[in-house]
Amino acid sequence: MQNSFYREIINDHNLYPAHKHELGCSGCEHRGINPSCGDDITLKLQIEDGVIKDGAYIGDGCAISQASADIMLDLIIGKSKEEAIRLTDIFLRMIKGEATEEEIEELEEAGALTDVSHMPARVKCAVLAWHTLEQLLHEQEGET
Amino acid sequence: MDVREIRKDFPLFQNYPDIAYLDNAATTQRTESVLLAEKKFYEEANANPLRGLYELSQKATDAYENARETVRKFIGAKSTEEIVFTRNSTESLNLIAYSYGALLQEGDEIVISVLEHHSNLIPWQQLAKKKGLKLKWIEIDENGAITEEAFRKTLSEKTKLVSLTLISNVLGTLNDVKRFAQIAHEIGAVFVCDGAQGVPHIPVNVSDLDVDFLVFSGHKMLGPMGIGVLYGKKELFEKMPPFLYGGEMIEYVGKEDATWAELPHKFEAGTVNGAGAAGLEAAIKYYEKIGFENIVKREEELGELAFRTMSEIPHVTILGAKDAASHHGIFSFMVDGVHPHDIAEILSADGVCVRAGHHCAQVLMKELQVNSTARVSIAFYNTEEEIARLGESLRSVRRRMGHAE
Ligand SMILES: Cc1ncc(COP(=O)(O)O)c(C=O)c1O
Repeated sequence: MQNSFYREIINDHNLYPAHKHELGCSGCEHRGINPSCGDDITLKLQIEDGVIKDGAYIGDGCAISQASADIMLDLIIGKSKEEAIRLTDIFLRMIKGEATEEEIEELEEAGALTDVSHMPARVKCAVLAWHTLEQLLHEQEGET
Repeated sequence: MDVREIRKDFPLFQNYPDIAYLDNAATTQRTESVLLAEKKFYEEANANPLRGLYELSQKATDAYENARETVRKFIGAKSTEEIVFTRNSTESLNLIAYSYGALLQEGDEIVISVLEHHSNLIPWQQLAKKKGLKLKWIEIDENGAITEEAFRKTLSEKTKLVSLTLISNVLGTLNDVKRFAQIAHEIGAVFVCDGAQGVPHIPVNVSDLDVDFLVFSGHKMLGPMGIGVLYGKKELFEKMPPFLYGGEMIEYVGKEDATWAELPHKFEAGTVNGAGAAGLEAAIKYYEKIGFENIVKREEELGELAFRTMSEIPHVTILGAKDAASHHGIFSFMVDGVHPHDIAEILSADGVCVRAGHHCAQVLMKELQVNSTARVSIAFYNTEEEIARLGESLRSVRRRMGHAE
C-alpha cells in the first residue's frame, strides 16, 4: 500500500475501528479465517425486513483484513441485503482489477483497497470480510 | 572476507542492486558458478546419468557421482553409499518416515520437538497415525532451547526414533545434536537430524555427530532448487525397503517380484537431477573457496549487529534467546500493535525482504502464543548497510501504520 492517502484510511480503520465490538444477535454471525496467515474475523449482522440495521465484527489479523471489515460495515449498514450483495460483487471485482471507476466510486472508502489488486499476497486479507459477508447472507437465505 | 567482491559472484545482486535480501532461511541466492555448473551439465555432459555405455552417458554419470563424492566429503560420511540425492529436506524426511517407518511396530514411540518445521513433523505425525505409533513432544525452555533434562524426560524404553532440527528456522536455536544422538543411542533409538537450517551455516560432520540420518536442501546453501540430500548409515539403509519403485532402483525384475539396486541407487528411483547435483557440488566448492570458518565468523558478526540494531528499536521484540550468538542469524520478531504481514509489507516498500507468517511451524507458534511472526535471516553475503537499512525501515513501521510513535 504505497499510496499514503489510502494507507491513512486503512491505518485509521485498523487502529480506531467503529464497528469492532460485540453485538447481541443470535444465529446472525459467521466466522472467516485465513488459515495461512491467521487472519480471523467473526462478522455479526442485525437484519430486519431485509435491511442491515446494524453490524459488528471481532477478530485479529493484519491491518488490511481488519480495516477492510470496518470499512465494509460502514458501507453496508443501513443498506438492503441485495444492495450489500451488489456492492460485495463490485468489491471483489475491484480486487481482481475488473471494476470500473464509477463502480469503485460507489464503494466509498473501500476504494482505498484498490491497490491490493497489485498485491497478490494481500488479496486474501482484503476479501476475508467480504467473503464472510457473502456466506452469512447466504446462510440466512437458506433459513427464510 | 571482502563482501563487495563476494556479492559480485551472485548475479541476482547485480540485477537487484537496491534490495536488502534478508530471507535466507527460506532460500539463499545462488552464485554464478552454481548456475554455470548446471548449464555446463546440460551443455557438455547431458545424457541420462544411468551408466550408459556410450561416452556422453558416462560423462553424465561421472558428473552426478562426482557430486555425490563432494557431498560425502562435505559432511564427513564414510561412503557414497550413504549419500542419497532427493529433491529437498522434505523429501528426505518423508523417505525416512516411509522407509524406516516400515520397520517400526505398533506401540513404538517417535520423539520430536515443538521447534520442528512441518517437514519434520507431519511425516511423523501421519506415520504414527497410520501405524499406531505414539508421537511424543520435547518442550523448549524460555529461550527456545531444548535442555538435556527435557530431552531425557520425553524418552522411554519404547522410543525407537528421535528426529530433531539442528537449528530452528524460527528461533535460530542450535540443538546439541551430538549429545542428544548419544542419549538416543543409549536406549537403542535412531537419531534423525534435520539439517535444513544447520548445514548451510555451521560445519557438520556426521561421523563426529554420530547421527543416523541427516537431511538438507541445496537451495538453502547457494545450490539449485530441486536437489536435496539424505545421509543415512549404511547398515540402516540396507535394512530399509525402497521409498519409490521404478526405473534405476532395481537389480533384477521378474513378473512376480524384483530385487533392488545396490546403495544408494535403491533410494533413487527414476531419472535423477543430474544438473542439480552438479549445481550443489559447485555450491559446496564455493563454501570451500570462501572457507566455512570465514562464513561462520562473518555470519556471527552480522548476526550480532542485526540483534543489536533490532533490540534498540522501541516496540520491537525478538523471540527466543536474549543473546545474539544463540540465534545463528535467525531473528523472529514482533512489533507492538503491528501485524507481521504489515511489517513485511512496510519493509518491502523500502526494499528490505523479510518473511512473515507461521514459517511452517504452527505448533511452535502456539507454543510462543503468536499467530505469526516477521523474520530476518542472514547469510554471509549480507552487508552492514543492509542491516542499517533494516533498522531504519523497522524504526518507521509503527509511525507508518498510524501509531503516534
Ligand atoms: C528446519 C527446516 N526443516 C525443513 C525444511 C524444509 O526444507 P525444504 O522446503 O527445502 O524441503 C525447512 C525449510 O524451510 C526448514 O527450515
